[in-house]
Amino acid sequence: MNNLIVKAELSNLESVNMFVESKLEEHGCGAKIVLQIALVVEELFANVANYAYKDRADSENNYVDINVEFAESESGAKSVKITFTDEGVPYNPLLKPDPDITLSAEERQIGGLGIFMVKKYVDDIYYEHSNGKNILTVVKNF
Amino acid sequence: MEIRKDMKGSELTVALEGRLDTTTAPQLETELGDLPGVKTLVIDMEKLVYISSAGLRVLLKAQKLMNKQGAMTIKNVSQEIRDIFEVTGFNEILNIE
Repeated sequence: MNNLIVKAELSNLESVNMFVESKLEEHGCGAKIVLQIALVVEELFANVANYAYKDRADSENNYVDINVEFAESESGAKSVKITFTDEGVPYNPLLKPDPDITLSAEERQIGGLGIFMVKKYVDDIYYEHSNGKNILTVVKNF
Repeated sequence: MEIRKDMKGSELTVALEGRLDTTTAPQLETELGDLPGVKTLVIDMEKLVYISSAGLRVLLKAQKLMNKQGAMTIKNVSQEIRDIFEVTGFNEILNIE
C-alpha cells in the first residue's frame, strides 16, 4: 500500500504521520530527513484539514489521499515523492508570498510560515488542479 | 505533549515534552494565557522533539507579550529544533541560550 486515504481532519494527523514515517523507515531514511518530512506532511495536511472543505456542507467526502513513492537513480540517489490529493476548494499554496523572516517579533506575521517551511525542506514542489482535485506533490532527496 | 509549569515569584519556567504541533500548540497557548504577573519566562525545550509552524506561532505570541512585560528565554534547544529556528528566522527574534 503506497497510499492512505483519511478524512481531512486534524485528529488524523497522527495516523498520517505514522503512515509516512513507516514508509520512510522501510526505505532507510535517516532521522533528520524523517523530521523534515514530518514537518512538510504536517503543514500540508493541516492546510487541507483547515481550509479545503471549509465551505462544504456534506462532510462525507472530505477526504485527503496521501501517496508515497520512492525512486532510486542509477547512481544510487534516492528520493521520496509525496502527493496530497483533495477535492476541496481550488487552492494553490505556492502562490502565497513568502513571509519576511528578517522582521522583528513585533512586525512578524505568522501567515505563510508553514508553506515557507515546506518549500525550504523539499527539493521540488508542484501544484496542479485537475478534474476538480487539488494535487500537491513534494519531492525530497535523501 | 506534556507541559510543566513552575512559577517562582515572577519567574515562570515552562518545560515542554514531546511534540509541539498543530494539534498540541493550542494546549500550550491556553496554558500560557496572557502570562499575568510574569516578568521572566523561561521555556525549557530539553524534552521537546518537534516543533511546527503552529508551535512557532505560540512562541511568537509569547515573545511579543514578554517584550512588553519582561523577558523570555529559551533553553536546552536540540540541534533539530535549532535548525527549524534558523530556517524560519526565529533565531533572530527569540533569545536562545
